[in-house]
Amino acid sequence: MAENQIIKKDDLVIRFAGDSGDGMQLSGTLFSDASALTGNDIATFPDYPAEIRAPHNTIAGVSGFQVHVGSHIYSSGDKCDILVAMNPASFKSNLKWAKRGATVIVDVDTFTEDSMKKAGYESDPFTDELERAYTIVKAPITSFTGRIGKEQGVDKKTTDKCRNMFALGIIFYMTHKTLKQTETYLERKFAKKPEVVKLNEAVLHEGYEYADKLEIMHSKIVEVEHAVMPKGRYRNITGNVATAWGLLAAAERSGLRLFLGSYPITPATDVMVELAKHKALGARVFQAEDEIAGVCSAIGASYAGALACTSTSGPGLSLKSEALGLAVMTELPLVVVDVQRGGPSTGLPTKTEQSDLNQALYGRNGEAPMIVVAASSSANCFYWAYNAAKLALEHMTPVILLTDGYLGNGSQLFRIPKVADLPSITPRFAKPNDPEYRPFRRDPETFARQWALPGMEGLSHRVGGLEKCPDGPLSTDPENHALMVYNRQEKVNRVANYIPEQEVTGNPDADLLVIGWGGTAGALTLAVEEMNNEGKKVAYTHFNYICPLPKNTGDILRKYKKIVVCELNNGQFAGYLRTQFPECPTLQYNKIMGLPFEVGELKDCFTKILGE
Amino acid sequence: MAERHFVPKADREYTKADFQSDQMVKWCPGCGDHGILSSLLNTFPKTGHKKENILMVSGIGCSSRIPYYVDTYGFHSIHGRACAIATGAKLANPTLSVWVNMGDGDSMAIGGNHLIHAVRRNQDLNITIFNNEIYGLTKGQYSPTTKFGQITKTSPFGTIDYPFNPGELVMGAQGTFFARALDCVPALTTNIMTRAAQHDGTSVVEVLQNCMIFNDKTHAAITDREVRDDRTIILEHGKPMIFGKNKDKGLRFNGRCLEAVTIGENGITIDDIMIHDETTDDAGIHMMLARMGGNLPVALGVIRNVKKVSYSQLYEDQMDECKANGKYKCVDDLLNSGDTWEV
Repeated sequence: MAENQIIKKDDLVIRFAGDSGDGMQLSGTLFSDASALTGNDIATFPDYPAEIRAPHNTIAGVSGFQVHVGSHIYSSGDKCDILVAMNPASFKSNLKWAKRGATVIVDVDTFTEDSMKKAGYESDPFTDELERAYTIVKAPITSFTGRIGKEQGVDKKTTDKCRNMFALGIIFYMTHKTLKQTETYLERKFAKKPEVVKLNEAVLHEGYEYADKLEIMHSKIVEVEHAVMPKGRYRNITGNVATAWGLLAAAERSGLRLFLGSYPITPATDVMVELAKHKALGARVFQAEDEIAGVCSAIGASYAGALACTSTSGPGLSLKSEALGLAVMTELPLVVVDVQRGGPSTGLPTKTEQSDLNQALYGRNGEAPMIVVAASSSANCFYWAYNAAKLALEHMTPVILLTDGYLGNGSQLFRIPKVADLPSITPRFAKPNDPEYRPFRRDPETFARQWALPGMEGLSHRVGGLEKCPDGPLSTDPENHALMVYNRQEKVNRVANYIPEQEVTGNPDADLLVIGWGGTAGALTLAVEEMNNEGKKVAYTHFNYICPLPKNTGDILRKYKKIVVCELNNGQFAGYLRTQFPECPTLQYNKIMGLPFEVGELKDCFTKILGE
Repeated sequence: MAERHFVPKADREYTKADFQSDQMVKWCPGCGDHGILSSLLNTFPKTGHKKENILMVSGIGCSSRIPYYVDTYGFHSIHGRACAIATGAKLANPTLSVWVNMGDGDSMAIGGNHLIHAVRRNQDLNITIFNNEIYGLTKGQYSPTTKFGQITKTSPFGTIDYPFNPGELVMGAQGTFFARALDCVPALTTNIMTRAAQHDGTSVVEVLQNCMIFNDKTHAAITDREVRDDRTIILEHGKPMIFGKNKDKGLRFNGRCLEAVTIGENGITIDDIMIHDETTDDAGIHMMLARMGGNLPVALGVIRNVKKVSYSQLYEDQMDECKANGKYKCVDDLLNSGDTWEV
């Protein structure tokens, strides 16, 4: 390798794109894992279609995976420095994600007349203009891979599945990384199929050597700066797995059984899939017959004394609405994880959006307040899941945790905590045979009721959807209803006494305050940081506690001349803030394209506001 | 597989009074629900289950008020969802004896999906369906079991909906226990409920119940004292299927279907009469029995009661096995598993 030509960079964005069956998600994951293991900070973003295997070589079937590696990474990056396109369709649909001047590696063998036509090309896509704008590397991936397969006596179908390893080999060369981690992975994954390991490794090396022999590559080798991170043990983790583990940790820390009642739904399914693996850790997972049974089984489990959870996405949350009202009415602890996706209705199942906020806040009949919190990175899904459980158990109320497809499927480095170091969780159990126990008698500070579990002696009682009086029996008394509505609201309001104050970052003395919430923190943080580095003053505050809001929220909002609320919906959080703080005018920046924010568009927006 | 029982035994003998709640029963005077409540209160002491571990779950409707009238833990939930809530409670704590009470609309219209899946899973739940063939609490609309052609508030020209037979539904969903009882014969109902409680798996007891106000006498053609003996048959395991005022009628299988015959006529003897076998795995004959009506007597008693490992047991066995053999003993093990590195 031509060592002297290595370029040092702070960060690098690589996008792998191909047909749904081309193994792009795996290539991306292997590259990000190898990068993390060798000291880079990372963030990933899978961009895949709703169809499992759409017709071969069509735009509908293109699957992508973007990896951002560097020294300090907040998001999966805007546009890529290197694009891998395994067929014409992926080249056509992904070129728009490549920076001008990017290196684009295509499998030139796939650019046949037929597949170019399928991708919608009427003539040769590699025009002079295009070749001037990008460095296009026309790699004969299929034929080189095929030759190795033939040499090893492997059938064509199996061989074709290894094409992604060739591309990965090129990328490892270009990023000055070794193949060791990927080889270890292959040896572990296919331990019982040594012939598969042999083939994959050979193709991986062939890709690496192909790049080495290509003169143009020698000026393209980039070494990304190592990350400077706090001391500790690290791993790579997706948001959905982090959510599942956060719930497991909360169950262990609180001494409760973990129950998850769920129904498969994109992009939330992996929370259930992950927890289903952990019966040994006591996770009781129930795949219900529908979304309603998912939440209802969790409510039943909660009454019986479990840390009860349900996981879903937008349409599923709609189906759960009535039952969530029951959880509010019975004042039972419950964690509802909503991995948001593009809506309404079936919408964009595999794309991200933040448009379930109104549903989380208001989507129930009657006065039915509940706690709403939102995670803001793939890794901190762990802490927000844990925190959601803590709040539910200590305040005896359902809690909705909002994550989204971007956080859930995306991955990030996670500094591994010790469970014993996490905040304690103290469920509000009633004492057996306590003569003073009444089902809706409240703690005077939190307004939370006590939790009496079936099986406990001397505490038998009935709960249900009908209005009750504090002592337990049914009541249709007008004053009692008013009191109970007040109490349930006050219980949620008082959570504000137990959560930290909202913080402002960036330049707090700026005129402009940028507000974000949930999964957009990565792009917003970077945009604000870059603005301030460029001398344009911007303050920034990011919300994880949505309902109730931190107590000092109004004080913060009233301090700034201009406020812009940025969110991946039509202005739901902005509208919510206006109802709480009508005295504070807010601007909005909204994106509803099923995609995360890009740093560039945010900076353009802030610059424009500052100039007005 | 070793059979396991999870519900703890009572350490003393209970009486009916132990289970009576202090709440005023607010059903209409003469409602069939009173009889069912009484049967249930008589059943609990017979089950031998610890009182604190009994959980009553209901949905919405007149019948679903029943948890308030029983002094156990209770959950009066939302329309149609009682099975799902009960499933979660039993999964979270298998030591609970879980009783699900629903009406015909609650269980088979809005809650139909949950009912069939609960039955299919065969978790250890005791389900009672109060079947009065009408929506009572909303004042008289037709339900999924209302007789075809019946005039109700929402079918002023007669229903054109074909009704469900709960027994067929349960057996179609691979149910392991189905029985039918009458609200007006509490001794029979108590006996059936006790057997339902003993069954490991999901039991479904359909109680033919009268709604005096909105569907009075809907079951009268079979339940009236003058006709009851001739129009119903109480099935008992291992005994010939005999019915009638004079115990001279019986059921026989003619090769194609069931038929009612009279012993002593046309050369028919007791030996021609079928013996009831509630334990036969094939649900075919049980389905035929559950469907009887018209020219054949309506079957009462335990129609089907077969052994099949319950979901509750399978779940606990799997949990125990995983715990014994699992790689991770605590969440810290999991967090540090796989590829990790020190910075």
